[in-house]
Amino acid sequence: MTLLASYHIFVKEFVSEFRTRYALNALLMFVVTTLSIILFSIGHDSPTQEILSGTLWIVIFFSAMSGLSRTFVAEEERGTSLTLRLLTNSTSVYSGKLIYNFILILALSIIIAIAYLLLIKEFSVKTYSIFWLTIFLGSAGLASASTILAAIIAKANTKGTLFPVLAFPILLPLLLTCINATKLSVDGAFFSEAIKEFQILISFAIVMVTTSLLVFDFVWKD
Amino acid sequence: MKIWLKIAVSIWLTGIIIAGIAFPMVKAPETWWQFPLIPGLEEKARNIIFHVPISWATVVAFIMAMVNGILYLRKKDIDYDLRSVSSAGLGLLLCVLATLTGAIWAKFNWGSFWNWDPRQTSIFILLLIYGAYFVLRSAIDEEERRATLSSVYSIIAGVTVPFFIFVMPRIMSGLHPGSLGDEQGKGPVLEFKMAPNMLIVFFASLIGFTALYFWMYSLKIRTMRIERQIQQQIEIN
Repeated sequence: MTLLASYHIFVKEFVSEFRTRYALNALLMFVVTTLSIILFSIGHDSPTQEILSGTLWIVIFFSAMSGLSRTFVAEEERGTSLTLRLLTNSTSVYSGKLIYNFILILALSIIIAIAYLLLIKEFSVKTYSIFWLTIFLGSAGLASASTILAAIIAKANTKGTLFPVLAFPILLPLLLTCINATKLSVDGAFFSEAIKEFQILISFAIVMVTTSLLVFDFVWKD
Repeated sequence: MKIWLKIAVSIWLTGIIIAGIAFPMVKAPETWWQFPLIPGLEEKARNIIFHVPISWATVVAFIMAMVNGILYLRKKDIDYDLRSVSSAGLGLLLCVLATLTGAIWAKFNWGSFWNWDPRQTSIFILLLIYGAYFVLRSAIDEEERRATLSSVYSIIAGVTVPFFIFVMPRIMSGLHPGSLGDEQGKGPVLEFKMAPNMLIVFFASLIGFTALYFWMYSLKIRTMRIERQIQQQIEIN
């Protein structure tokens, strides 16, 4: 029952997004803008791989912030949150939104990563398995923490600026680990060397989703 | 807090401050009031009696804020929210103090005020979490909604704390004892290799600062309760 309901929530998110394509278009433009700023500022210099793996995650983090903050704000603005509250339980709302956010941010990160690899010559990944697994697990972590925070800020007064402020300290262990793992992939480390990073990323996502499931009810029913 | 407990905490902490600052550090300690001189640390080692207990109290304050947040969500009694915000306010103060004492120590031992050592990073994150907590609170007008959402935020932030305390120092190399690259760093809890008399003062200081935190905490709760009552009186009139 919950599974079916969360699937329906997911489909609803997807359909309502594709009707307007607001978030998708805005996000793609955001990615293009930030990437071109990075390209302009690099110019003819050749920055180190460490700096480049850092900037990759800066782009992913801020595009995730601007994309995912609207998850629940849109419900409040359109006044559809009451209907959702009547029709289904909070767990399925959370899991539906989480899966939608995860797929959105994963697609976005993959686009950013491909664009980054193509546009910046100095950034050459040697171990692709580490690189893509980091992108995958990093997106999972970003989505897991952002969904509950988006639910919190939807109830606050100043919605726009609050999201990155709340999210940054919570996502920092994730981002640092992701940057570390990306450095490993650039340095050409073996897959087994990055196991520790992946363990942290997986446990972060699991801890976040579990806690969110426990507390989401309070935020949603408030 | 009872009056005799307050007097006891005052005397206790005065003793610790005197012991921490005034006990001489000599190469070969002979009496109980002489600390051994540690090469490389010298007189700077005294800071451990103040810096570490303050950092510890910061974490205690954070845990108290989170526990009261959980209790608020369970009981829906606004008093728990007052406790939570009191503890968070004190935690912010202690966090700033821990950062400052740490930065000063880092300047004289490691050469610069800030090195982005894993533990410095974690205390900085804790500072950001406290900041974000108060920003969130100021963004919500309605009392109960503010209580619920800030409780949820403190829980979400609380579950990430183990990542800073236990995970980050393991994967990043750092300067604090117990970091990656330190041969003695086997676990998150250090094996204390302090002289017995210094160890006693250190643990006494831990107890003293924790007691001081609870004293300030009870004062803060009382003022918060009174403030809330006055606010309600104003609204009624």
